[in-house]
Amino acid sequence: MTPASDNAITLTRKDLLGLKDLSRDEINLVLDTAESFKEISTRTIKKVPTLRGTTVINLFYEASTRTRTSFEIAAKRLSADTVNISASTSSVVKGETLVDTAKTLEAMNPDIIVIRHSCAGAPHILARLVSQSIINAGDGFHEHPTQALLDLLTIRQRKGGIEGLKVVIVGDIQHSRVARSNVYGMTTMGARVTLCGPAILIPRSVEQMGVTVETDMKKAVRGADVVMMLRMQFERQRSIVFPSIREYSQLFCLTGDTLELAKKDAIVMHPGPINRGTEIAPEVADGPRSVILDQVSNGVAVRMALLYLLAGGRQ
Amino acid sequence: MENKKRIVMDADRIDRSISRIAYEMLEDNKGAEDMIVIAIRTGGILLARRIREKISHIEGVEVPLGILDITLYRDDVIMRGKKPKMGETDIPFSLDDKRVILVDDVIFTGRTIRAAPDALMDFGRPRLIRLAVLVDRGHRELPIQPDYVGEKLPSAFWEEVSVNLSESGGSDEVLIL
Repeated sequence: MTPASDNAITLTRKDLLGLKDLSRDEINLVLDTAESFKEISTRTIKKVPTLRGTTVINLFYEASTRTRTSFEIAAKRLSADTVNISASTSSVVKGETLVDTAKTLEAMNPDIIVIRHSCAGAPHILARLVSQSIINAGDGFHEHPTQALLDLLTIRQRKGGIEGLKVVIVGDIQHSRVARSNVYGMTTMGARVTLCGPAILIPRSVEQMGVTVETDMKKAVRGADVVMMLRMQFERQRSIVFPSIREYSQLFCLTGDTLELAKKDAIVMHPGPINRGTEIAPEVADGPRSVILDQVSNGVAVRMALLYLLAGGRQ
Repeated sequence: MENKKRIVMDADRIDRSISRIAYEMLEDNKGAEDMIVIAIRTGGILLARRIREKISHIEGVEVPLGILDITLYRDDVIMRGKKPKMGETDIPFSLDDKRVILVDDVIFTGRTIRAAPDALMDFGRPRLIRLAVLVDRGHRELPIQPDYVGEKLPSAFWEEVSVNLSESGGSDEVLIL
Protein backbone atom coordinates (compact mmCIF):
# COMPACT_ATOMS: atom_id res chain seq x y z
CA MET A 1 0.00 0.00 0.00
CA THR A 2 1.45 3.34 -0.95
CA PRO A 3 -0.04 6.13 1.15
CA ALA A 4 -1.04 9.04 -1.03
CA SER A 5 0.85 11.46 1.15
CA ASP A 6 4.16 9.85 0.13
CA ASN A 7 5.73 11.40 -2.95
CA ALA A 8 2.89 13.90 -3.20
CA ILE A 9 3.56 16.46 -5.88
CA THR A 10 1.88 19.71 -6.73
CA LEU A 11 1.64 22.38 -9.26
CA THR A 12 0.82 25.09 -6.77
CA ARG A 13 -0.47 27.52 -9.32
CA LYS A 14 -4.14 27.85 -10.19
CA ASP A 15 -3.55 28.47 -13.91
CA LEU A 16 -1.14 27.74 -16.72
CA LEU A 17 -0.76 31.02 -18.52
CA GLY A 18 2.75 30.86 -19.91
CA LEU A 19 6.19 29.35 -19.62
CA LYS A 20 7.81 32.61 -18.63
CA ASP A 21 7.35 32.00 -14.92
CA LEU A 22 7.46 28.24 -14.84
CA SER A 23 10.42 26.89 -12.90
CA ARG A 24 12.57 23.98 -14.01
CA ASP A 25 10.97 21.81 -11.31
CA GLU A 26 7.50 22.65 -12.50
CA ILE A 27 8.40 21.90 -16.10
CA ASN A 28 9.94 18.58 -15.08
CA LEU A 29 6.82 17.77 -13.10
CA VAL A 30 4.61 18.32 -16.13
CA LEU A 31 6.92 16.34 -18.43
CA ASP A 32 7.25 13.42 -15.99
CA THR A 33 3.50 13.29 -15.50
CA ALA A 34 2.94 13.44 -19.24
CA GLU A 35 5.28 10.47 -19.72
CA SER A 36 3.09 8.39 -17.45
CA PHE A 37 0.02 9.43 -19.38
CA LYS A 38 1.42 8.39 -22.74
CA GLU A 39 0.72 4.74 -22.00
CA ILE A 40 -3.01 5.30 -21.69
CA SER A 41 -3.29 6.31 -25.33
CA THR A 42 -1.88 2.93 -26.35
CA ARG A 43 -4.54 0.90 -24.55
CA THR A 44 -7.61 -0.55 -26.19
CA ILE A 45 -9.76 1.30 -23.69
CA LYS A 46 -8.15 4.72 -23.69
CA LYS A 47 -9.84 6.03 -20.61
CA VAL A 48 -9.17 6.42 -16.93
CA PRO A 49 -11.79 7.64 -14.47
CA THR A 50 -9.63 10.31 -12.84
CA LEU A 51 -11.49 13.46 -13.86
CA ARG A 52 -14.92 11.90 -13.88
CA GLY A 53 -17.49 14.58 -13.17
CA THR A 54 -15.22 17.51 -13.95
CA THR A 55 -16.10 19.91 -16.73
CA VAL A 56 -13.55 21.36 -19.12
CA ILE A 57 -14.62 24.23 -21.34
CA ASN A 58 -12.70 24.92 -24.54
CA LEU A 59 -13.22 28.60 -25.23
CA PHE A 60 -11.66 29.27 -28.61
CA TYR A 61 -11.88 32.77 -30.01
CA GLU A 62 -9.48 31.81 -32.79
CA ALA A 63 -9.79 28.93 -35.21
CA SER A 64 -7.95 25.79 -34.28
CA THR A 65 -8.29 22.16 -35.14
CA ARG A 66 -5.24 20.47 -33.73
CA THR A 67 -4.99 22.27 -30.38
CA ARG A 68 -8.66 22.12 -29.62
CA THR A 69 -8.97 18.49 -30.67
CA SER A 70 -5.93 17.65 -28.61
CA PHE A 71 -7.43 19.26 -25.50
CA GLU A 72 -10.74 17.60 -26.12
CA ILE A 73 -9.22 14.15 -26.48
CA ALA A 74 -7.05 14.74 -23.43
CA ALA A 75 -10.05 15.68 -21.30
CA LYS A 76 -12.15 12.78 -22.56
CA ARG A 77 -9.40 10.25 -21.90
CA LEU A 78 -9.52 11.40 -18.30
CA SER A 79 -13.32 10.94 -18.30
CA ALA A 80 -13.96 14.67 -18.00
CA ASP A 81 -16.90 16.29 -19.75
CA THR A 82 -15.96 18.77 -22.45
CA VAL A 83 -17.76 21.72 -23.92
CA ASN A 84 -16.48 23.50 -27.01
CA ILE A 85 -17.28 27.14 -27.55
CA SER A 86 -16.00 28.82 -30.68
CA ALA A 87 -16.46 32.54 -30.85
CA SER A 88 -17.92 32.65 -34.32
CA THR A 89 -20.94 30.62 -33.28
CA SER A 90 -21.44 32.07 -29.81
CA SER A 91 -22.85 35.22 -28.33
CA VAL A 92 -19.52 36.90 -28.95
CA VAL A 93 -21.00 37.54 -32.36
CA LYS A 94 -23.73 39.47 -30.55
CA GLY A 95 -21.09 41.64 -28.95
CA GLU A 96 -20.64 39.94 -25.58
CA THR A 97 -17.40 40.98 -23.91
CA LEU A 98 -14.76 38.58 -22.67
CA VAL A 99 -15.54 39.55 -19.10
CA ASP A 100 -19.24 38.82 -19.45
CA THR A 101 -18.56 35.56 -21.24
CA ALA A 102 -16.23 34.59 -18.43
CA LYS A 103 -18.66 35.48 -15.68
CA THR A 104 -21.45 33.62 -17.43
CA LEU A 105 -19.32 30.52 -17.73
CA GLU A 106 -18.17 30.78 -14.14
CA ALA A 107 -21.77 30.78 -13.02
CA MET A 108 -22.17 27.37 -14.61
CA ASN A 109 -19.33 26.08 -12.45
CA PRO A 110 -16.91 24.39 -14.80
CA ASP A 111 -13.60 23.21 -13.41
CA ILE A 112 -11.12 24.22 -16.08
CA ILE A 113 -11.37 26.73 -18.92
CA VAL A 114 -8.99 26.41 -21.86
CA ILE A 115 -8.85 29.64 -23.82
CA ARG A 116 -7.35 30.69 -27.12
CA HIS A 117 -7.67 34.36 -27.99
CA SER A 118 -6.15 36.78 -30.46
CA CYS A 119 -5.34 39.29 -27.71
CA ALA A 120 -2.25 38.80 -25.62
CA GLY A 121 -3.21 38.75 -21.98
CA ALA A 122 -6.79 37.57 -22.42
CA PRO A 123 -6.15 34.37 -20.43
CA HIS A 124 -4.56 36.47 -17.70
CA ILE A 125 -7.64 38.65 -17.41
CA LEU A 126 -9.78 35.55 -17.20
CA ALA A 127 -7.52 34.05 -14.54
CA ARG A 128 -7.99 37.07 -12.32
CA LEU A 129 -11.73 37.21 -12.84
CA VAL A 130 -12.87 33.64 -12.31
CA SER A 131 -12.10 31.04 -9.73
CA GLN A 132 -11.65 28.26 -12.26
CA SER A 133 -8.25 27.13 -13.51
CA ILE A 134 -7.34 28.73 -16.82
CA ILE A 135 -5.11 27.15 -19.42
CA ASN A 136 -3.70 29.38 -22.14
CA ALA A 137 -4.05 27.68 -25.52
CA GLY A 138 -2.49 30.63 -27.31
CA ASP A 139 -2.92 34.36 -26.74
CA GLY A 140 -2.13 36.59 -29.70
CA PHE A 141 1.58 36.62 -30.42
CA HIS A 142 2.40 36.16 -26.76
CA GLU A 143 2.57 32.57 -25.52
CA HIS A 144 1.43 29.04 -26.37
CA PRO A 145 2.66 27.17 -23.30
CA THR A 146 1.19 23.74 -24.01
CA GLN A 147 2.89 23.66 -27.39
CA ALA A 148 6.25 24.46 -25.84
CA LEU A 149 5.75 21.82 -23.17
CA LEU A 150 5.04 19.15 -25.73
CA ASP A 151 8.06 20.32 -27.70
CA LEU A 152 10.22 20.01 -24.60
CA LEU A 153 8.86 16.55 -23.93
CA THR A 154 9.61 15.46 -27.48
CA ILE A 155 13.17 16.74 -27.26
CA ARG A 156 13.68 15.09 -23.89
CA GLN A 157 12.43 11.75 -25.20
CA ARG A 158 14.59 11.80 -28.31
CA LYS A 159 17.70 13.31 -26.83
CA GLY A 160 17.58 12.03 -23.27
CA GLY A 161 17.60 15.57 -21.88
CA ILE A 162 17.42 19.23 -22.83
CA GLU A 163 20.36 20.84 -21.05
CA GLY A 164 23.17 22.01 -23.31
CA LEU A 165 21.48 21.15 -26.59
CA LYS A 166 21.73 23.55 -29.50
CA VAL A 167 18.20 24.36 -30.62
CA VAL A 168 17.47 26.44 -33.71
CA ILE A 169 14.05 27.97 -34.28
CA VAL A 170 13.50 29.21 -37.83
CA GLY A 171 10.72 31.38 -39.20
CA ASP A 172 8.54 34.34 -38.42
CA ILE A 173 9.71 34.76 -34.84
CA GLN A 174 8.05 38.14 -34.44
CA HIS A 175 4.55 36.73 -34.77
CA SER A 176 5.15 33.37 -33.17
CA ARG A 177 3.79 32.55 -29.74
CA VAL A 178 5.22 29.08 -30.21
CA ALA A 179 8.69 30.59 -30.51
CA ARG A 180 8.23 32.76 -27.45
CA SER A 181 7.04 30.01 -25.18
CA ASN A 182 9.77 27.71 -26.45
CA VAL A 183 12.43 30.33 -25.80
CA TYR A 184 11.24 30.71 -22.21
CA GLY A 185 10.97 26.99 -21.68
CA MET A 186 14.19 25.98 -23.34
CA THR A 187 16.32 28.60 -21.66
CA THR A 188 14.88 27.58 -18.30
CA MET A 189 15.84 23.98 -19.06
CA GLY A 190 19.37 24.98 -20.08
CA ALA A 191 19.30 24.64 -23.85
CA ARG A 192 21.19 27.04 -26.13
CA VAL A 193 18.67 28.68 -28.44
CA THR A 194 19.37 30.31 -31.77
CA LEU A 195 16.62 32.23 -33.55
CA CYS A 196 16.77 32.46 -37.31
CA GLY A 197 14.62 34.24 -39.85
CA PRO A 198 14.36 37.38 -41.93
CA ALA A 199 15.83 40.22 -39.92
CA ILE A 200 12.60 42.17 -40.04
CA LEU A 201 10.76 39.28 -38.43
CA ILE A 202 13.10 38.95 -35.47
CA PRO A 203 12.12 41.18 -32.57
CA ARG A 204 14.62 43.82 -31.63
CA SER A 205 16.75 43.11 -28.54
CA VAL A 206 15.47 39.55 -28.40
CA GLU A 207 18.95 38.59 -27.24
CA GLN A 208 17.82 39.78 -23.83
CA MET A 209 15.85 36.58 -23.62
CA GLY A 210 19.14 34.70 -23.58
CA VAL A 211 19.21 33.62 -27.20
CA THR A 212 21.49 34.07 -30.21
CA VAL A 213 20.23 35.57 -33.43
CA GLU A 214 21.41 34.43 -36.87
CA THR A 215 19.81 35.51 -40.11
CA ASP A 216 21.81 33.14 -42.29
CA MET A 217 20.03 29.82 -42.11
CA LYS A 218 23.03 27.71 -43.05
CA LYS A 219 25.07 29.23 -40.25
CA ALA A 220 22.19 28.89 -37.82
CA VAL A 221 21.57 25.21 -38.50
CA ARG A 222 25.22 24.18 -38.39
CA GLY A 223 25.83 21.76 -35.52
CA ALA A 224 22.26 21.96 -34.25
CA ASP A 225 20.75 19.16 -32.17
CA VAL A 226 17.19 20.32 -32.82
CA VAL A 227 15.85 22.24 -35.80
CA MET A 228 12.38 23.66 -35.23
CA MET A 229 10.61 25.16 -38.24
CA LEU A 230 7.76 27.59 -37.84
CA ARG A 231 4.94 27.96 -40.27
CA MET A 232 5.30 31.03 -42.44
CA GLN A 233 2.04 32.66 -41.63
CA PHE A 234 1.01 34.28 -44.81
CA GLU A 235 -2.46 34.96 -43.56
CA ARG A 236 -1.03 37.23 -40.92
CA GLN A 237 0.93 39.71 -42.88
CA ARG A 238 0.44 38.91 -46.55
CA SER A 239 3.19 40.29 -48.74
CA ILE A 240 4.44 43.06 -46.49
CA VAL A 241 7.65 41.33 -45.67
CA PHE A 242 8.35 39.09 -48.62
CA PRO A 243 7.46 39.67 -52.24
CA SER A 244 6.84 36.01 -52.71
CA ILE A 245 6.65 32.68 -50.97
CA ARG A 246 9.39 31.46 -53.26
CA GLU A 247 11.83 34.06 -52.05
CA TYR A 248 11.17 33.12 -48.46
CA SER A 249 11.66 29.46 -49.26
CA GLN A 250 14.92 30.02 -51.02
CA LEU A 251 16.37 31.52 -47.88
CA PHE A 252 14.57 29.74 -45.09
CA CYS A 253 13.18 26.45 -46.23
CA LEU A 254 14.59 23.40 -44.49
CA THR A 255 15.78 21.19 -47.30
CA GLY A 256 17.68 17.94 -47.04
CA ASP A 257 20.89 19.79 -47.93
CA THR A 258 20.48 22.35 -45.19
CA LEU A 259 19.64 19.64 -42.70
CA GLU A 260 22.98 17.99 -43.50
CA LEU A 261 24.65 20.92 -41.76
CA ALA A 262 23.07 19.98 -38.47
CA LYS A 263 24.34 17.13 -36.31
CA LYS A 264 23.98 13.63 -37.71
CA ASP A 265 21.32 12.78 -35.13
CA ALA A 266 19.53 16.12 -35.15
CA ILE A 267 15.76 16.06 -34.99
CA VAL A 268 13.34 18.14 -37.04
CA MET A 269 10.31 19.68 -35.37
CA HIS A 270 7.33 21.73 -36.48
CA PRO A 271 4.26 22.81 -34.51
CA GLY A 272 2.02 22.25 -37.52
CA PRO A 273 0.23 22.65 -39.76
CA ILE A 274 3.11 22.41 -42.22
CA ASN A 275 3.32 24.21 -45.54
CA ARG A 276 5.07 21.56 -47.59
CA GLY A 277 7.69 23.18 -49.74
CA THR A 278 7.47 26.59 -48.10
CA GLU A 279 9.29 26.30 -44.80
CA ILE A 280 10.01 22.59 -44.93
CA ALA A 281 10.74 20.27 -47.82
CA PRO A 282 8.33 17.34 -48.05
CA GLU A 283 11.08 14.71 -47.87
CA VAL A 284 12.38 16.31 -44.66
CA ALA A 285 8.92 16.53 -43.12
CA ASP A 286 8.35 12.86 -43.87
CA GLY A 287 11.95 11.81 -43.32
CA PRO A 288 13.53 9.73 -40.54
CA ARG A 289 14.66 12.72 -38.48
CA SER A 290 11.26 14.32 -38.36
CA VAL A 291 9.49 14.00 -35.01
CA ILE A 292 6.48 16.04 -36.06
CA LEU A 293 3.98 13.27 -35.42
CA ASP A 294 5.57 12.47 -32.05
CA GLN A 295 4.90 16.07 -31.15
CA VAL A 296 1.23 15.55 -31.83
CA SER A 297 0.90 12.44 -29.65
CA ASN A 298 2.95 14.07 -26.94
CA GLY A 299 0.52 16.97 -27.13
CA VAL A 300 -2.33 14.81 -25.90
CA ALA A 301 -0.20 13.43 -23.07
CA VAL A 302 0.98 16.90 -21.99
CA ARG A 303 -2.54 18.25 -21.99
CA MET A 304 -3.74 15.27 -19.99
CA ALA A 305 -0.97 15.95 -17.50
CA LEU A 306 -1.96 19.60 -17.16
CA LEU A 307 -5.65 18.87 -16.72
CA TYR A 308 -4.76 16.27 -14.10
CA LEU A 309 -2.35 18.54 -12.21
CA LEU A 310 -4.64 21.57 -12.24
CA ALA A 311 -7.91 19.81 -11.46
CA GLY A 312 -9.34 19.89 -7.97
CA GLY A 313 -6.36 21.83 -6.83
CA ARG A 314 -7.92 24.45 -4.75
CA GLN A 315 -8.65 22.64 -1.52
CA MET B 1 4.48 9.97 23.17
CA GLU B 2 7.61 8.32 21.93
CA ASN B 3 7.58 6.69 18.54
CA LYS B 4 9.12 3.27 18.86
CA LYS B 5 9.96 1.29 15.80
CA ARG B 6 8.94 -2.35 16.26
CA ILE B 7 10.13 -5.09 14.00
CA VAL B 8 7.16 -7.40 13.68
CA MET B 9 8.47 -9.70 10.96
CA ASP B 10 12.09 -10.54 10.39
CA ALA B 11 13.72 -11.94 7.27
CA ASP B 12 12.97 -15.59 8.06
CA ARG B 13 9.31 -14.99 8.82
CA ILE B 14 8.95 -12.98 5.65
CA ASP B 15 10.56 -15.70 3.61
CA ARG B 16 8.31 -18.41 5.05
CA SER B 17 5.24 -16.29 4.42
CA ILE B 18 6.21 -15.71 0.82
CA SER B 19 6.82 -19.43 0.34
CA ARG B 20 3.45 -20.26 1.81
CA ILE B 21 1.70 -17.69 -0.36
CA ALA B 22 3.37 -19.13 -3.45
CA TYR B 23 2.35 -22.70 -2.50
CA GLU B 24 -1.21 -21.63 -1.77
CA MET B 25 -1.45 -19.86 -5.10
CA LEU B 26 -0.19 -22.92 -6.97
CA GLU B 27 -2.46 -25.23 -5.01
CA ASP B 28 -5.57 -23.17 -5.79
CA ASN B 29 -4.60 -22.81 -9.38
CA LYS B 30 -3.52 -26.44 -9.71
CA GLY B 31 -0.24 -25.32 -11.17
CA ALA B 32 1.00 -22.20 -12.86
CA GLU B 33 -1.01 -22.42 -16.07
CA ASP B 34 -2.56 -19.16 -17.27
CA MET B 35 -1.34 -17.48 -14.12
CA ILE B 36 -0.29 -13.84 -14.29
CA VAL B 37 1.12 -11.80 -11.44
CA ILE B 38 0.30 -8.11 -11.42
CA ALA B 39 2.16 -5.97 -8.89
CA ILE B 40 0.49 -2.86 -7.55
CA ARG B 41 2.96 -0.02 -7.75
CA THR B 42 4.98 0.60 -5.72
CA GLY B 43 4.61 -1.58 -2.66
CA GLY B 44 3.81 -4.74 -4.57
CA ILE B 45 6.67 -4.81 -7.03
CA LEU B 46 9.53 -6.38 -5.05
CA LEU B 47 7.13 -8.75 -3.34
CA ALA B 48 5.67 -9.84 -6.68
CA ARG B 49 9.14 -10.59 -8.01
CA ARG B 50 9.90 -12.72 -4.95
CA ILE B 51 6.67 -14.65 -5.34
CA ARG B 52 7.49 -15.23 -8.98
CA GLU B 53 10.92 -16.52 -8.03
CA LYS B 54 9.38 -18.98 -5.58
CA ILE B 55 6.96 -20.21 -8.20
CA SER B 56 9.85 -20.61 -10.56
CA HIS B 57 11.71 -22.76 -7.98
CA ILE B 58 8.66 -24.88 -7.24
CA GLU B 59 7.12 -25.33 -10.68
CA GLY B 60 10.03 -24.46 -12.94
CA VAL B 61 7.87 -21.95 -14.78
CA GLU B 62 8.27 -18.18 -15.29
CA VAL B 63 4.93 -16.57 -14.69
CA PRO B 64 4.40 -13.27 -16.56
CA LEU B 65 4.68 -10.14 -14.42
CA GLY B 66 2.96 -6.82 -15.01
CA ILE B 67 3.02 -3.60 -13.04
CA LEU B 68 -0.12 -1.64 -12.38
CA ASP B 69 -0.23 1.98 -11.29
CA ILE B 70 -3.61 2.74 -9.79
CA THR B 71 -3.06 6.44 -9.04
CA LEU B 72 -5.53 7.55 -11.68
CA TYR B 73 -8.21 5.20 -10.38
CA ARG B 74 -8.07 6.25 -6.75
CA ASP B 75 -11.26 7.66 -5.30
CA ASP B 76 -9.46 10.60 -3.74
CA VAL B 77 -7.18 11.77 -6.54
CA ILE B 78 -8.72 15.07 -7.48
CA MET B 79 -10.04 15.89 -4.07
CA ARG B 80 -6.63 16.77 -2.84
CA GLY B 81 -4.37 19.64 -3.82
CA LYS B 82 -1.32 17.42 -3.76
CA LYS B 83 -1.48 14.71 -6.37
CA PRO B 84 0.27 11.42 -5.65
CA LYS B 85 3.23 10.76 -7.90
CA MET B 86 2.23 8.65 -10.86
CA GLY B 87 4.22 5.79 -12.20
CA GLU B 88 3.86 3.89 -15.43
CA THR B 89 1.62 0.93 -15.88
CA ASP B 90 3.40 -1.85 -17.72
CA ILE B 91 1.21 -4.73 -18.78
CA PRO B 92 2.61 -5.81 -22.14
CA PHE B 93 0.34 -8.83 -22.61
CA SER B 94 -3.34 -9.62 -22.81
CA LEU B 95 -5.23 -10.49 -19.64
CA ASP B 96 -8.07 -12.19 -21.49
CA ASP B 97 -9.06 -15.45 -19.84
CA LYS B 98 -6.06 -15.43 -17.52
CA ARG B 99 -5.90 -16.00 -13.79
CA VAL B 100 -4.56 -12.77 -12.40
CA ILE B 101 -3.02 -12.48 -8.97
CA LEU B 102 -2.78 -8.93 -7.71
CA VAL B 103 0.09 -8.39 -5.31
CA ASP B 104 0.56 -5.63 -2.78
CA ASP B 105 2.67 -5.45 0.35
CA VAL B 106 0.05 -4.24 2.85
CA ILE B 107 -3.73 -4.12 2.82
CA PHE B 108 -5.21 -1.50 5.09
CA THR B 109 -8.46 0.37 4.35
CA GLY B 110 -8.82 -1.43 1.05
CA ARG B 111 -9.17 1.73 -1.02
CA THR B 112 -5.97 1.19 -2.96
CA ILE B 113 -6.88 -2.37 -3.83
CA ARG B 114 -10.46 -1.42 -4.73
CA ALA B 115 -9.11 0.60 -7.61
CA ALA B 116 -7.10 -2.30 -9.05
CA PRO B 117 -9.77 -4.52 -10.67
CA ASP B 118 -11.26 -1.39 -12.30
CA ALA B 119 -7.90 -0.64 -13.84
CA LEU B 120 -7.35 -4.25 -14.90
CA MET B 121 -10.70 -4.52 -16.65
CA ASP B 122 -9.49 -1.87 -19.07
CA PHE B 123 -6.75 -4.27 -20.14
CA GLY B 124 -8.91 -7.23 -20.90
CA ARG B 125 -11.22 -9.73 -19.28
CA PRO B 126 -9.41 -11.97 -16.80
CA ARG B 127 -10.97 -15.30 -15.94
CA LEU B 128 -10.49 -14.45 -12.31
CA ILE B 129 -8.63 -12.00 -10.09
CA ARG B 130 -7.17 -12.95 -6.72
CA LEU B 131 -5.34 -10.84 -4.19
CA ALA B 132 -2.11 -11.65 -2.36
CA VAL B 133 -0.67 -9.43 0.38
CA LEU B 134 2.20 -9.88 2.78
CA VAL B 135 0.52 -8.03 5.65
CA ASP B 136 -3.13 -7.51 6.55
CA ARG B 137 -3.21 -4.77 9.13
CA GLY B 138 -6.99 -4.51 9.51
CA HIS B 139 -9.14 -1.34 9.53
CA ARG B 140 -10.99 -2.13 6.34
CA GLU B 141 -13.29 0.62 5.04
CA LEU B 142 -14.52 -1.34 2.04
CA PRO B 143 -15.64 -4.96 1.62
CA ILE B 144 -12.34 -6.14 0.16
CA GLN B 145 -10.46 -9.17 1.50
CA PRO B 146 -7.21 -10.76 0.39
CA ASP B 147 -7.16 -14.37 -0.79
CA TYR B 148 -3.58 -15.04 0.26
CA VAL B 149 -2.13 -13.39 3.35
CA GLY B 150 1.35 -13.59 4.78
CA GLU B 151 0.48 -12.38 8.27
CA LYS B 152 -2.38 -10.67 10.01
CA LEU B 153 -0.85 -7.85 12.06
CA PRO B 154 -3.10 -5.91 14.38
CA SER B 155 -2.15 -2.26 14.30
CA ALA B 156 -3.52 1.03 15.48
CA PHE B 157 -5.02 3.21 12.76
CA TRP B 158 -2.50 5.98 13.27
CA GLU B 159 0.51 3.67 13.13
CA GLU B 160 2.46 3.17 9.96
CA VAL B 161 3.27 -0.31 8.75
CA SER B 162 6.29 -0.50 6.53
CA VAL B 163 7.49 -3.47 4.52
CA ASN B 164 11.15 -3.35 3.52
CA LEU B 165 12.68 -5.92 1.26
CA SER B 166 16.43 -6.14 0.94
CA GLU B 167 16.41 -5.43 -2.81
CA SER B 168 15.66 -1.82 -1.95
CA GLY B 169 18.44 -1.56 0.58
CA GLY B 170 18.63 -2.68 4.22
CA SER B 171 17.35 -6.05 5.34
CA ASP B 172 14.04 -7.86 5.04
CA GLU B 173 11.74 -6.65 7.74
CA VAL B 174 8.25 -5.45 8.48
CA LEU B 175 8.11 -2.50 10.84
CA ILE B 176 5.41 -0.74 12.75
CA LEU B 177 6.28 2.91 13.24
